[in-house]
Amino acid sequence: MATTRQPVGRRKFLQGAAVGAAGLVASAREAEALPDVQQGAAAPPVPSPAPVEVFHTDRPGSDYMVDVLKSLGFEYVAANPGSAFRALHESLINYGGNTKPELLTCCHEESSVAMAHGYAKIEGKPIMVMAHGTVGLQHASMAIYNAYADRVPVFVVVGNILDAQFRRNDAEWAHAVQDAAAMVRDYTKWDDTPVSLTHFGESAARAYKMATTPPYGPVVLVADAALQEEPIAPADRTRLRVPRVTPTSPPVGDSGAVSELARMLVAADNPRLIAGRVARTPKGVDLLVELAELLQAPVQDMRFTLRMNFPSRHPLKMGPAVPVTDADVIVGLEHPEFFMNLNSMTPTNRMGMASAPRYKPGTKIATISSSDLLTKSNYQDAGRYVEADLAIPADAEATLPALIEACRRLITPERRRAFEARGARLAEDSRRTREQWLEHASSGWDASPISTARLSAEIWNQIKDEDWSLVSDATFISSWPHRLWDITKHHQYIGWSGAYGIGYGAPAAVGAALANRKHGRLSVNIQCDGDLNYAPAVLWTAAHHRIPLLTVMHNNRAYHQERMFVVDMAARANRDVGRAGIGNDLNDPNIDYASLAKAYGVYGTGPITNPNDLGPALKRAIEVVKRGEPALVDVVTQAR
Amino acid sequence: MTRLVFACAVALVSWSLASPTFAQTAATPPAATGNAENGKRLFTEKRCYYCHGTEGQGADRYPRIARVQRGADNFVRYVRQPAAMAAYSEQQISTAQLLDIYAFLRSLPAPTPVKDIPLLNQLKAPGK
Repeated sequence: MATTRQPVGRRKFLQGAAVGAAGLVASAREAEALPDVQQGAAAPPVPSPAPVEVFHTDRPGSDYMVDVLKSLGFEYVAANPGSAFRALHESLINYGGNTKPELLTCCHEESSVAMAHGYAKIEGKPIMVMAHGTVGLQHASMAIYNAYADRVPVFVVVGNILDAQFRRNDAEWAHAVQDAAAMVRDYTKWDDTPVSLTHFGESAARAYKMATTPPYGPVVLVADAALQEEPIAPADRTRLRVPRVTPTSPPVGDSGAVSELARMLVAADNPRLIAGRVARTPKGVDLLVELAELLQAPVQDMRFTLRMNFPSRHPLKMGPAVPVTDADVIVGLEHPEFFMNLNSMTPTNRMGMASAPRYKPGTKIATISSSDLLTKSNYQDAGRYVEADLAIPADAEATLPALIEACRRLITPERRRAFEARGARLAEDSRRTREQWLEHASSGWDASPISTARLSAEIWNQIKDEDWSLVSDATFISSWPHRLWDITKHHQYIGWSGAYGIGYGAPAAVGAALANRKHGRLSVNIQCDGDLNYAPAVLWTAAHHRIPLLTVMHNNRAYHQERMFVVDMAARANRDVGRAGIGNDLNDPNIDYASLAKAYGVYGTGPITNPNDLGPALKRAIEVVKRGEPALVDVVTQAR
Repeated sequence: MTRLVFACAVALVSWSLASPTFAQTAATPPAATGNAENGKRLFTEKRCYYCHGTEGQGADRYPRIARVQRGADNFVRYVRQPAAMAAYSEQQISTAQLLDIYAFLRSLPAPTPVKDIPLLNQLKAPGK
């Protein structure tokens, strides 16, 4: 880029600014001393201002940073504004034209990261987050932990004034830190603090590759404020280049281990595939279906559905409550808490690890998990140790093609006949389970508060003919969407937060809806009330950026899981269970979510307490969403 | 920060292994002798609805107990010595109160058949 004005050094600029400021004060005093012109007195000539050295540069370092960030293909930058990245902010909107990436105005850094989390689950790639290196990253930290535990790529850039001589005042001292990324290092995949622009460019490229190579994870890059704001040195202007980034291939399982697993699966009478985060992409769903159908093996989600891995009504889909007691080979695929599928669970009213295997002796246990490649230890999201007979440290989705081919080579006509018989039996089991679920859904159908089964069925009735996407977790509504809806596509369910950190739901839904927008999908968020209250202003972000999203409140007026815990503890202590709502209930006064939505510029309706009113209310809200806007329907619901 | 660990066992899991058909398949018990109206009040007061829903409809891993088919003695015995949920002592819920709750649960109406609920009936269709 050509330079049209000579930049000056920052220290020289600051000296000039001080002279200028002093001049302004002097001028003001002189003005006060001037006679009142309106009284008719003759005004003396206004003295010329003292010469002020003006600082301009058409090429701050942050412009180069924008060149680098644009090369990484980010569509958006989610950020709450902050002084430590003010130059990068300005370069993004002016030099970068506020396009690819486009700034998203967020009202909390936790929302920024959770939006990026939700976006990545739909789009399969990260967006960027900007935050202050201290207070902003502190706000963002829980959401970063969620993304880490959920193995989702988020690219976080934080500003910091490392060099003390550049800190101008108390705020900048309070906001400066020696090692900004240290705060989140235990739950990020990688970070760096570049000290030159070349260093920034290479580390940005490396960070992107790290984030997007399985196991995915958040990364942090510190953009030093002096590097951002100082002009690019003339000597560097011809030397600086934007590094080329090519995707790193995902880790695939060792061929010998994959062959061994294929032998186990083909020989098994009752194999069981248990899926955690298998499908990173739509291809992952196809591959898991192919493997299951090849073997006529049942696929089960773990207790909570972490990804859309397998079609909900596929004949080989097995309900999550079916124990592993009859299985002779059990394979955990990217399963973060496989132990809990294999063993009984210790009730919360008892202490200790009183669990026991639920599988029969001799059952073979195998895993394919890229989490085995992570080496972090402080945060204990690894789950309990599993005594696997075969552990393949690899990305499951990338390993499935080799596993499918290895199985295919081993299947004899005799085994194929056995598989077909097994498949017919499993299909009948699946059909019966679905009938039971429907019958269960009828219980409490007309109840008020509205049952979560009715809520789910009413939503399904409105969206079933659309290209829809459930951009929220279904755990707290008894997983009714997984039991009732026909979920077939990868984008139709984004899964859970990862680390159970609340405050994720609403912003992740907005981020996922943002990703869905360009595909013209109808995004549906079944929103827990407790979660929304962490950072509800993300509704404003959705309105401001015209992000179409239907939010349906699961308003049980409580932090309900905790209510149940306290009941459990009170019963155990032989004390009053009736007081468990204290500290957990969200009533008195009830929160008016429709009004809350309206305050943020979002269509809001409710609270709906009569189940017969729900369908029409949803229909009206969907009409709003189809116009390209967010809408919220407040529904007073049963606890679960 | 709220942390959620889904280990809640305030549920009659061992009754049904999450089978929604428990209440319908067991043998018909003798008539309940408790006060159903008082039982309804106690069902709320003792927070039974937290897990089992205001209509006893159950939720996810927390089984349906509406129209419970287990006998009253068996019901009381289970609440005192459950396999999975928290045990409730006589001090917390008296036997007379439990019998009232039992009467309430027995008094609940049978759900409308799925075939008569269009929104559910349409869900019988196999997947695409």
